[in-house]
Amino acid sequence: MRHILSVIFENKFNAIPRISGLFSGRGYNMNSMSFGEGEDPETTRATITSEGDDQIIEQIAKQLNKLVDVIKVTELTYEPFVERELALVKVQSSAATRAEIMQVADIFRAKIIDLSHKTITIEVTGKEDKVNAIIEMLQQFGIREIARTGIVALKREFQK
Amino acid sequence: MTKKKRSPGTRMTGSEILVQTLVDLGVKKVFGYPGGKVIGLFDVLDRTSEIQEILFRHEQGATHAADGYARATGKPGVVIVTSGPGATNTVTGIANAHMDSIPMIVFTGQVPSAMIGNDAFQEADIIGITRPITKHSYLAQDPGQIGQIVREAYHIAITGRPGPVLIDLPSDITAGKGEYRPNDNIMIRGYNPTYKGHSQQINKAADMLNSAKRPLIYAGGGVNIGMASEELTEIANRGRIPVTTTLLGLGAFPEDNPLSVGMVGMHGTWYANMAMMECDVLMCVGARFDDRVTGRLNHFSPNSKKIHIDIDPSCIAKNVAVDIPIVGHVKEILPDIVKKIKPADTNAWMNQISHWKKEHALFYSKDSAEILPEYVVEKVAELTQHNAIVVTDVGQNQMWAAQYYGFKRPRQILSSGGLGTMGYGLPAALGAAIGCPEETVVCFTGDGGFQMNIQELTTAVQNQIPLKIILLNNGYLGMVRQWQELFFKKRYAMTVLSKGNPDFMKLAEGYGAVGLQASKPSEVEKVIQEGLKVKNAPVVMEFIIKPEENVFPMVPAGASLDEMLESGQ
Repeated sequence: MRHILSVIFENKFNAIPRISGLFSGRGYNMNSMSFGEGEDPETTRATITSEGDDQIIEQIAKQLNKLVDVIKVTELTYEPFVERELALVKVQSSAATRAEIMQVADIFRAKIIDLSHKTITIEVTGKEDKVNAIIEMLQQFGIREIARTGIVALKREFQK
Repeated sequence: MTKKKRSPGTRMTGSEILVQTLVDLGVKKVFGYPGGKVIGLFDVLDRTSEIQEILFRHEQGATHAADGYARATGKPGVVIVTSGPGATNTVTGIANAHMDSIPMIVFTGQVPSAMIGNDAFQEADIIGITRPITKHSYLAQDPGQIGQIVREAYHIAITGRPGPVLIDLPSDITAGKGEYRPNDNIMIRGYNPTYKGHSQQINKAADMLNSAKRPLIYAGGGVNIGMASEELTEIANRGRIPVTTTLLGLGAFPEDNPLSVGMVGMHGTWYANMAMMECDVLMCVGARFDDRVTGRLNHFSPNSKKIHIDIDPSCIAKNVAVDIPIVGHVKEILPDIVKKIKPADTNAWMNQISHWKKEHALFYSKDSAEILPEYVVEKVAELTQHNAIVVTDVGQNQMWAAQYYGFKRPRQILSSGGLGTMGYGLPAALGAAIGCPEETVVCFTGDGGFQMNIQELTTAVQNQIPLKIILLNNGYLGMVRQWQELFFKKRYAMTVLSKGNPDFMKLAEGYGAVGLQASKPSEVEKVIQEGLKVKNAPVVMEFIIKPEENVFPMVPAGASLDEMLESGQ
């Protein structure tokens, strides 16, 4: 099953390669990994999604924790969390298909952020399955390019 | 790294700051090899009387020597080499130290900062190359940082689960000037190893041991590294609990104690492996359920409840599920367990083990016309009163030394366990001898491994190190040949050395070492006696042993521990 790990680490030389190297070196599966500055500007937060049974994910978390630059590893899988992914999708378009594409974008509450005679670029944000769904719907028009951020996630604070 | 008010430090070059920081940390020996990018650094070392720098003849040798020094003394080994090939030659030694949790600091020269990434002369991305085999690594980017980096590296290398740390030094950073500030604190947010064990877990573990009918302690290298041999022995003695050790755990529990069942695993004793399979409570201390220990995992110690004490949380439940994990330092945890262990009646279990010991003792033929290696090891043990520091190479020689020497004290055997590095023996033995000059250091090696770092014989001669090299010459890469004999229909592909072996006596002479040879069993004792007398020079004692002697017992790869072969038949 899919697991999400949130990792805070020192924003230092060699830290990102050490984190990603762990996955290749130990043969762990990695679906996506996104990085960005954390709440403390000297740190980076990575959000990693991986497939595996609980035992493997526990090993991954332990191995990440072992890295000197890693400050905190949280597994979000078993607690309520919010997740988002952003994707930019450049779709082939002509005068004939433009309206239909814009309708698809509208249904998914996606934004049109660029337009040319031959293409439309759409920005969509949401959970991974929503992003997958709009991409699926846009396939019929011909997708030129896709850029996805991978998932970012945080624990949900308000819990009943 | 937090610095509040920084008092101005003394201005020095990066090399000077580095060396001064090593002096501050109490480093006495540095193992190395020079080259273009570290000339300045060795120049400063040469003028520093507190530190002795020892020239090896290959960077791999220097790295293994630092490893041997660290294992024998408990202090981290320090290595300095140049960039490019100098750095890449340390890779095997670093990987070896990483696998066996040996504290080491490796300084590598690097091309000037501005040239990094341009494929400059003798440039290699050594930080990238060593990333998976170092505990941590640093690239020095400012001469003023060097002191801090060295102190952090030293701290990381020796604390928690020890390991190698690499520091890459661009030549403009070592040549440039910065401030030397010895009093800055080190604070590493993400690095806080757990030392104290969880008290409830400790209570539960003690209860579990106290209620066991057939308890067994399985002790690993962590007990040697953590200097907790006394505490371990006390637990065993008090609770009448038998103890088996891994290869790296040998010496952590005296083998002459009746509770010792010797080494476990692929070439462990019959009775240790059977005890693993039959025990009802197994306490693993500072070991990691390695595949060479467990045999087939799904049939490993099937009837036992398991306790696992380890400083590295990632070792717990990695291979084997355990009932009571305890994360922490053995030196902190074992005394807490000692207090709670009650004298127990394990007589029935001990009787069973004694019976096994009689029925399935380690065995070799006593009337062989050829020299048997087991006999050589036993004789060396006898003539060194089981008290030498024993360094092994890898392969059959390693297993015979492990099985037959009879270790009595911690840090007495130095062996490449995890990585299984042929060529480790000679340089590691030199490191041990340099660290412990008052001790007898014996190196068991074979004609294969000896030739993998034979250049270090020069280092021994130059430094007048009276190393006792026991060369068990069978003309084969013996361990692989043994597998070929047992599992590949005796097709000895790539394993015959006899046709190309040098004359080891002439070779010893050529290097300026003493050479002694025995080719008949009757000559063995005399050669060892004479060899042990040699002062101020290394001695190569070559024993022409029975070429096809095998190491038994043996758990074939993929078999369960109770499926041992006791002989080739």
